[in-house]
Amino acid sequence: MSRMNMIQAIHSAHDVMLEKDPSVVAFGQDIGYFGGVFRCTDGLQKKYGEHRVIDAPIAEGGIVGTAIGLGINGLRPVVEIQFADYIYPGFDQIVSELSRLRYRSAGDFYSPVTIRTPCGGGIRGGQTHSQSPEGIFTHLSGVMTVMVSNPYDAKGLLISAIESDDPIIFFEPKRIYNGPFDGDPDKPSASWASHPKGEVPDGYYTVPLGKADIVEEGEDLTIITYGTIVHVAQAAAERAGVNAEIIDVRTLMPLDIDTLRESVNKTGRAMVAHEATRFCGYGAELVATIQKECFWHLEAPISRVTGWDTPYPHAFEWQYFPVQKRLVEGIRKLMEVE
Amino acid sequence: MTNNPKLHIPQPAARPGEVPDFSYLDLSDAGAVFRPPTNARAAEIENLALEMVRVLDDDHVAQGPWNPDLDKDTLLEALRLMVLTRVYDDRMQRVQRQGKITFYMQALGEEAVSIGQGLAFEPGDMLFPAYRNQGLYIMRETGLVEMMCQCLSNSRDMCKGRQMPIFYQNKKKNLFTISGNLATQYPQAVGWAMGSAIKGEDHIAASWVGDGSTAEADFHYALTFAAVYNAPVVLNVINNQWAISTFQGFAGGERRPFAARGLGLGIPGIRVDGNDLLAVYATTRWAADRARQGGGPTLIELVTYRGGAHSTSDDPTRYRPKDEWEAFPLGDPVNRLKQHLIKLGHWSDEQQTKLEEELRNTVNEAWKEAVSFGTLTEPPFLDVELMFEDVFAEMPEHLKLQRNKLLDLRGEKS
Ligand SMILES: Cc1ncc(C[n+]2csc(CCOP(=O)(O)OP(=O)(O)O)c2C)c(N)n1
Ligand SMILES: [Mg+2]
Repeated sequence: MSRMNMIQAIHSAHDVMLEKDPSVVAFGQDIGYFGGVFRCTDGLQKKYGEHRVIDAPIAEGGIVGTAIGLGINGLRPVVEIQFADYIYPGFDQIVSELSRLRYRSAGDFYSPVTIRTPCGGGIRGGQTHSQSPEGIFTHLSGVMTVMVSNPYDAKGLLISAIESDDPIIFFEPKRIYNGPFDGDPDKPSASWASHPKGEVPDGYYTVPLGKADIVEEGEDLTIITYGTIVHVAQAAAERAGVNAEIIDVRTLMPLDIDTLRESVNKTGRAMVAHEATRFCGYGAELVATIQKECFWHLEAPISRVTGWDTPYPHAFEWQYFPVQKRLVEGIRKLMEVE
Repeated sequence: MTNNPKLHIPQPAARPGEVPDFSYLDLSDAGAVFRPPTNARAAEIENLALEMVRVLDDDHVAQGPWNPDLDKDTLLEALRLMVLTRVYDDRMQRVQRQGKITFYMQALGEEAVSIGQGLAFEPGDMLFPAYRNQGLYIMRETGLVEMMCQCLSNSRDMCKGRQMPIFYQNKKKNLFTISGNLATQYPQAVGWAMGSAIKGEDHIAASWVGDGSTAEADFHYALTFAAVYNAPVVLNVINNQWAISTFQGFAGGERRPFAARGLGLGIPGIRVDGNDLLAVYATTRWAADRARQGGGPTLIELVTYRGGAHSTSDDPTRYRPKDEWEAFPLGDPVNRLKQHLIKLGHWSDEQQTKLEEELRNTVNEAWKEAVSFGTLTEPPFLDVELMFEDVFAEMPEHLKLQRNKLLDLRGEKS
């Protein structure tokens, strides 16, 4: 066991898998000699060579397209897209090819590509370094979508993703790379050093895909969230003085419906929260699922707290971000209903 | 013994701690490259993409057919604009370090690109800059205070707080809004130029990308459409040798110059000494004239060097020698123009020192004025309702509801 931040945990997942499986290759802009702009592959090119940890030209469509080819030829590419905001030139390759190869070829062809990409705001990145586009990818049929919230899960889920024969879009909220963030930008930044999920095994282990995590057990209501907002939700529940059950969805597609159903049937109240925009956002799917699965147990309308339906503005970062206050308000409304 | 193919992984000539080595850079002598007429057939001038147009020689004397014979006032103005760009960058870099702005990107060492090229276009020509083209905004008189207010996201920010620092715009001066997404503006510039031709106007368009960004598909779309429609556009590649940590070989610069990217499509390319203001101006003017006369697109590669870090988030000592810029064979564009003016008897070191001091004062005064319109942490602030405006021409119902919700939470009903 070691204390790791999320960058170190992701680094460690690469290291373990490059060591374990000679078919694993890392591929992306600035990831080789330099070790990545967030340093997630620092030193790995030196350790595994230039044919295993490969710098790429600045062409996301080219990166995804060639990664698909590597995968078809038996390799296991772990792609880094430098920012989720820059994934779109690769979108056609993901939508039209990666997600449907298996289906259209009746299982003969597939490509086990993992696409990692930092997402989310809270770093004053403005509209091109802050996006949370997970809902665009969960809408596809044929790629799994993950968003992690802590170092332990990040490493375990990344290893699962690399080992999976299905393509996976793996979102890493960059605001919590170095420490959990409870949604209060005025507080000094926290580190993973004192967080239980900052304790990470050094070697190989997995966290299963498709399984949500109950971060906190509670009776009053269920907060269903993922990524950075897991930490905001914990702080907001405390501030609201409620005994909330907090679920970290972790794998958005496929969704762990059982865990959601069980929890909401128990508490009777559900709040869905994410940083991404609201309209047709992933939260809408969560709400629809809960209302179908738990309708007769619900004691109040399901509440939804999200980013606004605007691009992510540089100046109004903290008015855009679903801060504690907004979650607290959602919780209060939910608890008001008798 | 096998003969299996092996991947080539491009390697820069020198890494940290090693001796800088620019032997890979093919140079031509100043004055050595032929200057064809602007209506020359593309197939006959392919050498322009492979050689290097240079005007200023090692003794700072203008040589050969590309000498644009600029008058004294224009040369002095070009020098002033280049120094102003550098002084502005220096100041903004420092205020970023002090935490007054969140981010910054310098054009250190590349000033001749924006200033030399900017001077070669007409005010009605539409420019689609990349993020290291602040010189274009400066030379088209966007105003230092306006530019600083953008970087501050303050109450006078031209982008109303929507963009990170340095993503300027200036509609009145025909300068497009800068995108954070690389190369996206390239096909847009071609489309604008096509529009100009459809409307029967003689305005042309120009756009810029870095060496690294030429790998993006948008770069190639732009060239194809420009070639197919013979669009009146000047497309520029700023080859500053680096794209964050990867050197220009990672965009394919090892095999052929970027200027040659258009040759397969029949687009003339010109490779030019990007640190030689005279050569930059002359080649750009040639391409602009050609486009305006109906000769279609030109691709210009400006060979220069990124003197500073990629951005304030970057540490280049991790991936390139500290002293690489000093070894760059094309020198410092500001110093080269200064020396040329001294040689002509129009300028002196004392005058240069005085100019730098004056411009530093100008920039300092501008900064004082800019912060009086607020910063991210000190009022006056932008009105938060602005967050919901301009998503659409008219605000739809769902955004009005969201805006009201935010205002309610702040205890202010709208
Ligand atoms: C589509 C896209 N992918 C990646 C990035 C991240 N990024 C920003 S600048 C940059 C390097 C660009 O290098 P180059 O084109 O040579 O321009 P320079 O910075 O040298 O001026 C990268 C990879 C981005 N902004 N947009
Ligand atoms: Mg570059």
